[in-house]
Amino acid sequence: MRTVSLEQTTHPVLIFWIIAGWVGYCILPWYGVDKFWSFEWLVDGWPLDKDYAPAAVLIAMGQKLWLAPMLLALAAPLLVLGRRKTDPLYAKVLILAGAFGFSWLVAQGLGIGLRGFAFGWLETLFGPLEDRQFGMGYGAMITASAFLFLFTQGIAARGAVNGDVFVTGAIGGVIAVVTVFVFYPILIMMLAAFATDEGGYSFLGFFPKLFDYRIWSLGCLTGGRCGVAWNSLFLAVVVGVLSTLLGLAFALVLTRSGFRYKRALRALSVLPIITPPFVIGLAIILLFGLSGTVTTTVAEVLGVEATRWVYGLPGIMIAQVLAFTPVCFLVLIGVVEGISPSMEEAAQTLRANRWQTFRTVSWPLMRPGLANAFLIGFIESMADFGNPLVLGGNFDVLSTEIFFAIVGAQYDQSRAAVLAVVLLAFTLGAFYLQRFWLGRRRYTTVTGKGDSGMHAIMPRGLSIPIFIVVGLWSVFTVVVYGMIAYGSVVQLWGVDNTLTFKHYITAFRVELGESGLRWSGSAWASFWTTIMIATIAAPLTAAVGLITAYLLTRQDFAGKQAFEFGTMLSFAIPGTVIGVSYILAFNVPPIEITGTGLILVISFVFRNMPVGVRAGMASMSQLDKSLDESSLTLGANSWQTFRAVILPLLRPAILAALVYSFVQAMTAISAVIFLVSARYDMSTSYIVGRVENNDYGLAIAYSTALIFVMLAAVGLLQLLVGRTQIGRRTSHGEGH
Amino acid sequence: MKRHALSAAILCGTTSLSATAALADLNLYCSAQEEWCQIMEKSFEEATGIDVAMTRKSSGETFAQIQAEASNPKGDVWWGGTGDPHLQAAEEDLTEPYVSPMRDQLHPWAIAQAESAGDKTIGIYSGALGFGYNSDMLAKAGLPAPACWEDLTKPEYKGMVQMANPNSSGTAYTTLASMVQIFGEDGGFDYMKRLHANINQYTKSGSAPIKAAGAGETLIGIVFMHDAVATTVAGFPVVTVAPCEGTGYEIGSMSIIKGARNMDEAKAFYDWALSKEAQDLALQVNAFQVMSNVAAEKSEKAPDLATLKLIDYDFKKYGSSDERKRLLSKWDTEVSTLPQ
Repeated sequence: MRTVSLEQTTHPVLIFWIIAGWVGYCILPWYGVDKFWSFEWLVDGWPLDKDYAPAAVLIAMGQKLWLAPMLLALAAPLLVLGRRKTDPLYAKVLILAGAFGFSWLVAQGLGIGLRGFAFGWLETLFGPLEDRQFGMGYGAMITASAFLFLFTQGIAARGAVNGDVFVTGAIGGVIAVVTVFVFYPILIMMLAAFATDEGGYSFLGFFPKLFDYRIWSLGCLTGGRCGVAWNSLFLAVVVGVLSTLLGLAFALVLTRSGFRYKRALRALSVLPIITPPFVIGLAIILLFGLSGTVTTTVAEVLGVEATRWVYGLPGIMIAQVLAFTPVCFLVLIGVVEGISPSMEEAAQTLRANRWQTFRTVSWPLMRPGLANAFLIGFIESMADFGNPLVLGGNFDVLSTEIFFAIVGAQYDQSRAAVLAVVLLAFTLGAFYLQRFWLGRRRYTTVTGKGDSGMHAIMPRGLSIPIFIVVGLWSVFTVVVYGMIAYGSVVQLWGVDNTLTFKHYITAFRVELGESGLRWSGSAWASFWTTIMIATIAAPLTAAVGLITAYLLTRQDFAGKQAFEFGTMLSFAIPGTVIGVSYILAFNVPPIEITGTGLILVISFVFRNMPVGVRAGMASMSQLDKSLDESSLTLGANSWQTFRAVILPLLRPAILAALVYSFVQAMTAISAVIFLVSARYDMSTSYIVGRVENNDYGLAIAYSTALIFVMLAAVGLLQLLVGRTQIGRRTSHGEGH
Repeated sequence: MKRHALSAAILCGTTSLSATAALADLNLYCSAQEEWCQIMEKSFEEATGIDVAMTRKSSGETFAQIQAEASNPKGDVWWGGTGDPHLQAAEEDLTEPYVSPMRDQLHPWAIAQAESAGDKTIGIYSGALGFGYNSDMLAKAGLPAPACWEDLTKPEYKGMVQMANPNSSGTAYTTLASMVQIFGEDGGFDYMKRLHANINQYTKSGSAPIKAAGAGETLIGIVFMHDAVATTVAGFPVVTVAPCEGTGYEIGSMSIIKGARNMDEAKAFYDWALSKEAQDLALQVNAFQVMSNVAAEKSEKAPDLATLKLIDYDFKKYGSSDERKRLLSKWDTEVSTLPQ
């Protein structure tokens, strides 16, 4: 297919990475530098100052000699520059050099830390080390990337994945970052599950903790209380099913009905996703709590005593379904839109009525979307922490138990880790069930062939109940958000209802001082940090997510199952655990990034990447492989195919990933609360502080402002990404 | 790794826009409420010219963070939050012993706190345990106002009392330990069992019950009295009660983190935080605790510790990990499993 490239003896990609490796080793500071991008280090003693020195200079000065062996791995690839890719030596040298360099770099990073050797057995073997090293910096990072991609090029040259340099590089890159930022911290955290009170590790001590009655008790069947595991499981299943069905209802109304106000409905359905934590919970208490508007009214009308019915399962369920329906909707809309109308039209031509068409054609084709939506609703519910905290009552769930095992009066990290294992087991179980249900069937409907059909309208028997449900839900959403907007402009929510703008003024005051504008409102600092982090994290999340999805749906390689598992793992673990594990893993060398903005960005990218992956996979499983093949046949390589063919068809998935990660960065709380620092405080942790302090007005005012910022951002993203133009007739009078 | 570099590049590119200040000279972990932390940060900067980077988290979260950062501390000084985690940090050798020249200006209870922990922590404020009720709801229901711990177990308050879960909240653990000290171990657990029958919810966070009382979601909340007073000052119809049997109390503390990178600045903050000027700031932010400096100003609204019947709270015993574990697991098995 690509005999031309096989005959080449210049390899631009190879040359690029060889140069990168040398630059990282000989020019950039090897260890971490505070405020790298101010470039003050350039004039502050570089390259001889040992804090800023590159590895090569350090070695020349006789320091950190353990960095020297990497020189071999950097030099070796130079020997094969003139050779052809088909030459077995070419592949062999690259693989050996890359693997050796990379593993040596990792091994010295883990082995030698702040206090010399990091492990006792190294010290017994080599004697105590007088030297020490700090966290790695850009030099080390670029050199490591160079080794990694030299290795993958070697693998490609040997013929893996059809010798595709882009695909092998992407696989290697994703594996490396997922290992470093997902597996490694989780592993560190999991070690704590086996920790004993005395500071040692015990395998036997793990089981009594795992089978604790507080986790597994089935008391609620006989009138008592159930364990947290059952509570969480039950809640997550109910929330997953309800949010998927509601999301589907919204998607059907938008794509398969003649409904007029689609834009308004679409905006409304997305509103809950952009709401900061606690706010929905507070609004629900004001509506349905003991002194809530609805509860007291109903109690008066019916003449019964008002109760605290909302605290516990009902409250959490309402809040979570409200919050997660939009995510399910975003996953489903892409799938429902993508189903080829030709198939539906074919069914109708064969004299199926609308109901038969829906049941036998549309519904089965929606299965990947439904399964993915349920999975996301299920996992989100399992990991949600804000709503159970506010509305939980005495209904304990795993996520809050984990949080309070770590930060509460127990300080029991090992119990937290055990609970996290249970939680992980549930989410992974759901993940495998989903795969089982989807089976090996094909769901491809978007092919390269012309397809200009029109989506069939829903059968009447289906559309009436769906319109009722969507209508009721929309009214409910409007009421909840009305409450929120109202809450931000009253003196004291629920007590003193005089209108005031003081909360907005406290938060967002701007003064005109001598030196220009002064952002003197108390919320500005966290606001700008949040915007910055969200803006950086969103495109990265989408990129990593979609590349991963592409690899999973389009490429076959050894260990694909494990690869998929790894990329989904971070989503299945609650944010609290991620937060603590990140602190444990990244506060010490080799990677020392706590207290920086970078750790926030990274935690967002890897926590939200799975949504990008799921959305991308759901959409890509509908795209026929013949599209790729024709592109490849016409001489494009796999990167060009990905960019010019797949990517434009993935716009709904890209949008979902971008929106989700941007919004998550502005609304997620559980991991963030551990990772914020004085210089990088996030809006959610600020809001939680206000709520803790009874300052509901300010918290809600800030949240309302954030909602508008996110609305604007979502609109902007939609504009930037654009809509997928699949060649179809305009449907149902919707204007274009 | 490639993307890591990219993200860093973009990140740092945008940081320059937001004009970050020079590197902080003191990293302060603050576990009091937001305004109090901010005013402490700003006033210290004004008083000394030392730049402060402050992070506000609850005492439990801060303790977890200091534990995690033990091998490479990022914080210098930890100010505020209930005393138990400070004592525990001292026990685990995460904090640095320091004898401040300001000690002779302090109340004896503040010094006792320091001495019980080998000078690794010191008292900065104290607050007594009590409860608060929603006066509107009480009048509406036509119930008598509770005045004693014993009143809370009366059947007319069934389903109307809220307290935090001692497993998750330091406040509620102080309640449990106080009852054991007031009524004796058997009497204390008997009391907790009778109280259990009236509890509508064990909240996760310590001050949540009084917020629920303010919002009309429960009639009575068991909390620290200064939290109840703050709720009243915030405008909610809450009345604070000092229980007639006497009550336990907490000592909000301060510790220097072991291996602090800015040890001199940390000590400067420590000394300053014990001064009258620094402690007078509390009233500006509606913190109604009793401050540890003898000369510090007191508010009329604040509960006067001198007129309260305070028990002789044994911080060393009840703050230790073993006793805490024992009481909590006893509460778990004997009290929390009872039907309500």
